[in-house]
Amino acid sequence: MDMLLLAIGAIFVNNILLAQYLGNCPFCGVSKKLSTALGMGAAVTFVAVVASMLTWAVYHYLLAPQGLEYLKTLVFILVIAALVQFAEIFIKKQSKVLYDSLGIFLPLITTNCAVMGIALLNIKHGFGFVQTVVFSAASAAGFALAILLFACVRERLFISPVPSAMRGTAIALVTAGVMSLAFMGFTGMTN
Amino acid sequence: MLIPAMILGGIAVVAAVGLGVAARVFHVDEDPRIKGLTDLLPGANCGGCGFAGCSACAAAIVEGKAEVNACVVGQTEVARSLADFMGMELVESGPQVACPDCQGGARATLKYEYGGFDDCRAAMLFFHGPLQCDHGCIGLGTCVRACQFGAITMGEKGLPVFDPNRCVGCGACVRACPKGIISIISETTKILHWNLYSECLAPCRQKCPAQVNVPKYIEHIKNGEYDLALLTVKERNPLPLSTGRVCPEPCALACRRQTEDEPVAINYLKRFVADWEMNSGHRLHIPVAPDTGKKVVVIGGGPAGLSAAYYLRRLGHAVTIFEQMPALGGMLRYGIPEYRLPKAILDWEIQGILDLGIKARTDVKLGRDFTLDFLRVEGADAIFLAVGAWRDRELGLAKTKPAGVVSGIKFLERFQEDPSIRVKGHAIVIGGGNTAIDAARTSLRAGAESVTIVYRRSRDEMPANPVEIVAAEEEGVQFHFLCAPNRFITEDDKLVGLEVLGMKLGEPDPSGRRRPMPVEGSEEVIPCEQLVEAVGQMPDLDFLQHDGMPTLPTTRWTTIDAKEHTLQTDVPYIFTGGDCFTGPGLMVEAIGAGRFAARSIHFYITQGEIPPIEHRQTNLVPDSIFDSIVGVAPLPKVHEQVVVSLEDRLGTFKEVEGTIDEEDAIYEACRCLNCGTYCYDHDMEMIRLQAQEEAAG
Ligand SMILES: Cc1cc2nc3c(=O)[nH]c(=O)nc-3n(C[C@H](O)[C@H](O)[C@H](O)COP(=O)(O)OP(=O)(O)OC[C@H]3O[C@@H](n4cnc5c(N)ncnc54)[C@H](O)[C@@H]3O)c2cc1C
Repeated sequence: MDMLLLAIGAIFVNNILLAQYLGNCPFCGVSKKLSTALGMGAAVTFVAVVASMLTWAVYHYLLAPQGLEYLKTLVFILVIAALVQFAEIFIKKQSKVLYDSLGIFLPLITTNCAVMGIALLNIKHGFGFVQTVVFSAASAAGFALAILLFACVRERLFISPVPSAMRGTAIALVTAGVMSLAFMGFTGMTN
Repeated sequence: MLIPAMILGGIAVVAAVGLGVAARVFHVDEDPRIKGLTDLLPGANCGGCGFAGCSACAAAIVEGKAEVNACVVGQTEVARSLADFMGMELVESGPQVACPDCQGGARATLKYEYGGFDDCRAAMLFFHGPLQCDHGCIGLGTCVRACQFGAITMGEKGLPVFDPNRCVGCGACVRACPKGIISIISETTKILHWNLYSECLAPCRQKCPAQVNVPKYIEHIKNGEYDLALLTVKERNPLPLSTGRVCPEPCALACRRQTEDEPVAINYLKRFVADWEMNSGHRLHIPVAPDTGKKVVVIGGGPAGLSAAYYLRRLGHAVTIFEQMPALGGMLRYGIPEYRLPKAILDWEIQGILDLGIKARTDVKLGRDFTLDFLRVEGADAIFLAVGAWRDRELGLAKTKPAGVVSGIKFLERFQEDPSIRVKGHAIVIGGGNTAIDAARTSLRAGAESVTIVYRRSRDEMPANPVEIVAAEEEGVQFHFLCAPNRFITEDDKLVGLEVLGMKLGEPDPSGRRRPMPVEGSEEVIPCEQLVEAVGQMPDLDFLQHDGMPTLPTTRWTTIDAKEHTLQTDVPYIFTGGDCFTGPGLMVEAIGAGRFAARSIHFYITQGEIPPIEHRQTNLVPDSIFDSIVGVAPLPKVHEQVVVSLEDRLGTFKEVEGTIDEEDAIYEACRCLNCGTYCYDHDMEMIRLQAQEEAAG
């Protein structure tokens, strides 16, 4: 039950994108088409889960025993970047299909603050390993959900009579704001 | 301090070593050429090549799945550097650009007011768009937004306007247009295309035997784009200077303005742009496809042969023309007299065709100097027989022709060879076709005291171009209608007169013309010293009897037999067209046949089979023929430009008619209603004209 609440909370109430404003660059950049948004969502989910597991381990078995908690941001950046690189090399060799659909997004995620944010949040909330996995998966799913919804809106926006000054990123940011207002409706569902 | 630094460094080292090892272990062989090509590509990642981005395109090129010219953005420049990189040679082909097929647009009536999304695809969802016309442009400009290169703008008429210089042919607009009226067209596709019933075709376009896009080139003239106008003509007709002078304009017979007014002077306009090129001193560039290595021989250098050669060459085949006479041109040179088509102009026009890389051998006659089997042995992949109709029909009034009697083509041909020949005394020309009128007007110019045309039907049945008949009348040619030649009157074997018999018109014959019937006892004698029999021609097919010729079936009209939908004869590699297939016809028909044969030959030599054309338009589309148009105010047609006065004409073979000037051309172009098939909206046109009148005060 707790896990379910944790998941729902991460997906809807504290949506990483719309409530916490993390990962805004891919949100605006890669959301013009539904198909690319789908690819991005999947890639983020994959990386966020693996990165959280690894960073959790590094934090609890390496940094905490030495009392080096303050180094976590620095170390996490290093670990996540290396991990993503590694994943790219590995997938490229192992699965051509997977590489073709995720590959191009992986380098983009190296610098994705959503992934980094999720890793740090796990530590901040003091989650155990299982909670970490659930929370990161759910947060990433929230990211995917938001970017998918947003892509649908933007495909529609493309054919709407938008004043030219507002076309493109401008209207996208406004729309993101409106969506985030909508997501505020979930506040208070979990605690 | 030491421990944190060590831990941080340690993690970094582990990560670096891990990645290094991984890169080794999981190394994927990637062709270094892909990287090289990617760097050369423009990096627009537009997808116009059909691959996901530039590096995918590079990979496809390396794998041989794409050509070096796959990149639509970089075009020739990038293609050349890619080819260099790959060690290949780049052969240039015609550019591919987007062309819209809808000309009408704003004039189609509204079915309903549409207030939805400003997007054609969205509008399409509601009953196929707000316009009555189901075929044409909706006009909301989705293609304009789809174009990444700013090549499309919305024109005044609410139709997209394409800038061929900016268009890279990526096809984004084609995918965006829900009506499917934009296509990426290469020169090859254009040449191979024939009118289809499913297309939106103005009546003149349907009627023209060569299928010239008349409204399009007139529109270009209106905008002062004479080069584009002429290129539009040349897509279908390589002989605009000649047709501009002698074509009887079948297209004008279908002109919609005619229902309220005189038809547009289409041919004056064609002549205007053709002369514009000639007087400008340089020729427009005509793209030619890369060589295919196929050889085609064309026999006969008349309009049919020249047209086939021109299009086959543009499709990339090697073409040689074999011609029996000393110069090319066929009936244009040896039939049509100088005062209608100056030979210097014809020479210039033919030179332009030969300049594309066509070889011509003159003074060689099929049957006398070579055989069809010989050509085949010499490596011709296909042969196009366009030998025209060069044998005069004879009346057979006397076993031996008395001195002073000559047949039509012989007569005209002699003037081409020696223009100083004189005709003495009174002359009679028998016949009612172009040959007869040309012989009559030529006789007058060569000094005949009087010229009389004897024709067995009435003026209305004369097959000659109406303008020619009028000109002949003006120049003083006398006409004896409804009388048939009966007998030569001779003295000492010399002609002194012709006995004719009166006729009356009876029932229509299969050709629709009323059959003349003799009236008993109506004989009369017309005195004359010179007589030209111009009673029709037929192909001279004697060469078929020679050894070394495959058996080619002929018809009972002594024409070569071939399949109507391919122009292929029973011998698969031999094709035919023009006058030797249809019997004597018009120059535009021969030009159309030349391109049609080029299409068949192209498919035959490249694929072995000629795909049938489905829904090929052969008759006028009934929906497109109106008997009245509301609100078209008559505008007087431009005057013809007579440059040699009536008095001066008789002593000279100088060209009688001149070309209209630029001002007149633009005025005349504005008379064109720019019709499509269906979208013509009577009311809108009326409103427009009213507004114009009001503005004029
Ligand atoms: C006097 C006259 C006036 C005309 N006026 C008009 C007009 O005003 N408007 C109009 O539209 N049409 C007019 N026409 C019709 C028009 O000229 C023809 O329809 C057209 O030229 C036909 O083209 P073609 O290529 O089929 O044949 P042709 O033009 O006859 O060309 C055939 C070519 O084949 C060559 N040839 C023939 N036999 C051999 C052989 N055995 N070996 C090698 N070469 C050979 C001939 O020398 C000739 O060059 C006129 C025709 C004549 C005769």
